[in-house]
Amino acid sequence: MLTLDNLYVNYGAIRALKGFSCTVNQGEIVALIGANGAGKSTILNSISGLVPLAAGKITFLGDTISGIAPHRIVRKGISQVPEGRRVFATMTVQENLEMGGYIRTDSKGLRDDIERIFIRFPRLAERKQQLSSTLSGGEQQMLAIGRALMSRPTLLLLDEPSMGLAPMLVEQIFTIIREINAGGMTILLVEQNASMALSIASRAYVLESGNSVLHGRSADLAIDPNVRSAYLGT
Amino acid sequence: MTELLQHLIDHIDPYYLQILVNSGIGIILALGLNIVTGLTGQLSLGHGAFMSIGAFSSALITSKLGLPITLNLVVSGCITAIAAAVIGMPILRLSGDYLAICTLGFAEIIKVIFLNLDITNRALGLTVAPPESFVPLPILVWFVVVFAVVCTTLIHNSRFGRALSAIRCDEIAAEAMGIQVTRYKVQSFALGAFYAGVGGGLYAHFMGYINPSDFGFLKSIDILSMVVLGGMGSISGSIVGATVLSVAPEFLRFMASYRMLVYGGLLVVIMIFRPNGLMGNVRVTELFLRAIGRKPHLNTIDREADRGDS
Repeated sequence: MLTLDNLYVNYGAIRALKGFSCTVNQGEIVALIGANGAGKSTILNSISGLVPLAAGKITFLGDTISGIAPHRIVRKGISQVPEGRRVFATMTVQENLEMGGYIRTDSKGLRDDIERIFIRFPRLAERKQQLSSTLSGGEQQMLAIGRALMSRPTLLLLDEPSMGLAPMLVEQIFTIIREINAGGMTILLVEQNASMALSIASRAYVLESGNSVLHGRSADLAIDPNVRSAYLGT
Repeated sequence: MTELLQHLIDHIDPYYLQILVNSGIGIILALGLNIVTGLTGQLSLGHGAFMSIGAFSSALITSKLGLPITLNLVVSGCITAIAAAVIGMPILRLSGDYLAICTLGFAEIIKVIFLNLDITNRALGLTVAPPESFVPLPILVWFVVVFAVVCTTLIHNSRFGRALSAIRCDEIAAEAMGIQVTRYKVQSFALGAFYAGVGGGLYAHFMGYINPSDFGFLKSIDILSMVVLGGMGSISGSIVGATVLSVAPEFLRFMASYRMLVYGGLLVVIMIFRPNGLMGNVRVTELFLRAIGRKPHLNTIDREADRGDS
């Protein structure tokens, strides 16, 4: 479904990605794990067009999407939950969800989808008229995920959904991610919390300084001695 | 009709009339800058220069083409908007302080151009002929104010307005939602400049004389103060802010040379006690709906009370 082929990204003189390649198949959860600064978020940002590629090619459902503007990539069915949630602070929960469906004009469908998101996230329904800045971190993450679903994507990019959340909330968010995937959504997940990521992903890529050093089935990586010592702390 | 209105105007003390008109023009200018700075979150220090583009275009249209004032204002607004779009395209990729400095630079350039063009009579400034108008100018100013308030309200509540407000909240998230950030910023900049152009045109015709130095950095700061004092992003705020800042210096005149001292102090005090602006936390339409019983009681205090109880 999604193919990244030999991606290079530079930030000024710093090379953030050095020839990264990967594939994501329909219906999978694929995780990108690795330390800070390994280039995980850069990969997601280059897929969604927020960061320009120095070289390489990205194809999605047979179309080349590298080099096109972010708003057109959203329209092709890729939606990103940005790192740090980035909800629209001065808007209410409801307004945030409406913004998520910005590219759509079917107001009936949008209303139905908002109701569906409120069913999936009852916490958000209780707080729909509240300003999103008054939500807790976990609720903001739910809102960011709900907002990304509003554009009806076929591929969801999740950037560090566990960031800054208490362990119990992390469990809860990952359960939700699994449920969304069970509904047929393909997911590319960036995570520092490697054990959580490996527990829900079918495959994973391990990144070190801008390239993947290891990839394979999550179950295999979880018992790999190198991965265990470097990322799972055992 | 026109005669009747003129008669009415003649009965108002010219001094008060001038304050009234200046407040009206202030509101138009503040509403425009509020779209750029308040709604879209792009700090512009060049609104005074856009006002001058409108003022000079409008004055020249009257003297060279003799168009009726309403058409004249629309054309001057459009000229200003086009100028803003051309300036905005390269600089609106920047944000925050960098953008502010760029708008400041362009504002100076515009001023220097007007100071050196023959058609704008260089540093001597232009005397503006009275326009052909269907109502007396002070009335027209307030017609435009009402029209501008209505349009701005529609813009704020439109899909476009919500995209602008998303850009202010978080540019990256807005981009990730499929909003074309740079394009919308340019459109918002041009739209704000349109208001400045119309305001400038009214100013030129009401004053009867314009000079490029009237529209310098201080003018831009004046307009920005109206927006900030009233409340960023708030329409009622721009109205209140512009009125207060136009009226206050006049009402303080009895203090003679202490006037500007008190005026400055007033600004400081308001910003300390109302950091979000006079109308910053007030949603006028919500208050109105609640007053006529169309909406259940839910105010910002309730929202605050809900904070962090999870």
